[in-house]
Amino acid sequence: MAQSDQELKDKLISSFFAFEEEMELENDHHHMRDDAIKIFEEKGFPTKKLEEWKYTSLKSVLNPEYNLFPKKDKSLEYHDIKKYCIHDIDSYQLVFIDGIYSSHLSTTTHDKFDACLMSAFLNKPKYKPLVDKYFNKATPKESLDALNTAFSKEGAFIRIPKGVTAEKPVQILNFSTGSDEKLMLQPRNLVIIEEGAEAEVIERHQSLTENEVLTNSVTEIFLEKNAKLDYYKIQNDKIKASLVDNTYIKQEEKSDCEIYTFSFGGKLTRNNLHYHQNGENINSSMKGVTIIEGKQHVDHNTLVHHTQPNCESHQDYKGIFADRSTGVFNGRVLVDKIAQKTNAFQSNNNILIDDKATINSKPQLEIFADDVACSHGCTIGELDEDALFYLQSRGIPEKEAKALLMFAFANNVLNSVNIPELKRRITKQIANKIGVSLGFEL
Amino acid sequence: MLQIKNLHATVEGEKILKGINLSINAGEVHAIMGPNGSGKSTLASVIAGNEDYEVQKGDIVFDKANISELSPDERAHKGIFLSFQYPVSIPGVSVTNFIKTAINQIRVARGQEEMSASDMLKMMREKSKLLGIDRKFLSRSLNENFSGGEKKRNEIFQMAMLEPKLSILDGTDSGLDIDALKTVANGVNTLKNNDNATLVITHYQRLLDYIVPDVVHVLLDGKIVKSGDKDLALKLEKEGYDWLKSETVNA
Repeated sequence: MAQSDQELKDKLISSFFAFEEEMELENDHHHMRDDAIKIFEEKGFPTKKLEEWKYTSLKSVLNPEYNLFPKKDKSLEYHDIKKYCIHDIDSYQLVFIDGIYSSHLSTTTHDKFDACLMSAFLNKPKYKPLVDKYFNKATPKESLDALNTAFSKEGAFIRIPKGVTAEKPVQILNFSTGSDEKLMLQPRNLVIIEEGAEAEVIERHQSLTENEVLTNSVTEIFLEKNAKLDYYKIQNDKIKASLVDNTYIKQEEKSDCEIYTFSFGGKLTRNNLHYHQNGENINSSMKGVTIIEGKQHVDHNTLVHHTQPNCESHQDYKGIFADRSTGVFNGRVLVDKIAQKTNAFQSNNNILIDDKATINSKPQLEIFADDVACSHGCTIGELDEDALFYLQSRGIPEKEAKALLMFAFANNVLNSVNIPELKRRITKQIANKIGVSLGFEL
Repeated sequence: MLQIKNLHATVEGEKILKGINLSINAGEVHAIMGPNGSGKSTLASVIAGNEDYEVQKGDIVFDKANISELSPDERAHKGIFLSFQYPVSIPGVSVTNFIKTAINQIRVARGQEEMSASDMLKMMREKSKLLGIDRKFLSRSLNENFSGGEKKRNEIFQMAMLEPKLSILDGTDSGLDIDALKTVANGVNTLKNNDNATLVITHYQRLLDYIVPDVVHVLLDGKIVKSGDKDLALKLEKEGYDWLKSETVNA
């Protein structure tokens, strides 16, 4: 292991004890964190030697200079963050600045459902049964999620009780301001959608600094029977910000969970998106659009574990890679022997704009049942020259014509975004990313 | 308006056009006929600036300027329009938005102001009426799941909206039933005036019953071997191309 990785690891472990002292935890919670830091200590940061990390090296983002515990609220005002909020939609907003909750920028609720703080959830006695039932129950206990568990302190807690439909989306906005220091942040979110309940969540990590930021985020999501969740991840961060997003979903029968991941920004982004189906007639969807350039790197590591019969999973990831950017898609589908009548579909389509751009696409289907419909398809290509000529012959310059073709390529994912304002916002982000002004809204 | 002089072009090293000479004046309709593989579509693509084809010799002069080196969009800005035999579909981009983008890009390139939304809407209403296009059609994704007839009608609709000086209609009749053909031809005829010109590229004489050409050219093996009036098209329909082939050999 290179030195800086080791130094950061040592720094994390040695600061853990002081951190824990301050937390004043109950016994069982204390043990959970203790176990977690032990896992991290034993496994360390993942390296390229591991099959699951073969194409993504964290080396360049592991910096021992990171400040692990930023203290002060840098007192951001609304106008500082306005452009990052999808303010045109009526929503609850949970805003965190350098990992610390910012009450004056947030709108929480406890009325019909809970959209509040992880710290409140972990500390208030009334939540104790829920903490015992859900907290850290969906994580795989690998090094990075364990590291997050050890240091978990703040984040979003969303709970939609039985039969309730959240009347507006909840936005989780994580800002980092470290204007004079490099930061490592470890937000921890928990989303519980109870029986027959429905919700929409938008999550975003945004650096406001030119300094390095590394976020190691963990989100656990539980969908009880008949629950429904649409969850949108916007990853359009500054070029020195990196993100490891660990999202673990556990679904009960007849629940429906769709996760969208839009990755346009950041230096290095790794998405670990893992579904565990725990009942029949479950639908699990994951859709993504990745558009990157320069030396950006985005890695989608997905897993769907089908453990019961009659369930579905759908994966649709589109990637557009320019310059020397690199993409990874590693989609694993696991169908247990008893999970008959599983329908599992996976598609990963990529366009390489430049010769030096790379995509490593690796579907992994492990099927132990014999009566299933599983498919996967992966394409890697360039923009269609005939289509480009068609658009140019209508007077549309090459750059704009290419942009239109990229939109067309990503269209089926964009089109299924159910919040119109969000769709508009993402369309705009894509247009900015490609450097065109479309002059219309899709 | 358009002068093509001794044009030679290849695709992937294969010679397709072997010395085309063609001159079209404002107010005229020309037709190019010829068997499969004679180079008709190549000629259309080369005039429009398709970079898949390499021009090896000769010039294309449009409105007194040599356009041989211009990109397809720059040629469109000058007023050249190609109606495609196989238009490409663009999911997620509506017909309206596509045309709006095209018109405004052309206007910007010409140093004009973008067209106002209300003017655009008014123009779309007029032109869609002219071509018998249902308003619902305009909000559909460009060419996506369009029938053959819808695609061709959409091409002519774009032509109507962009108001080009030179319209090249490549295989506009293929895949059309007679009613659709009449509608399309009627649209083309209505748009015709003394300042624009039309080049119809077709396999069959059928379309020329409705879009009557001033001049008919026969393209054989990359060369225009004969030009004449509209009766030439009728003769080709009746007798095929063989008599021309032997005539060419003898010449």
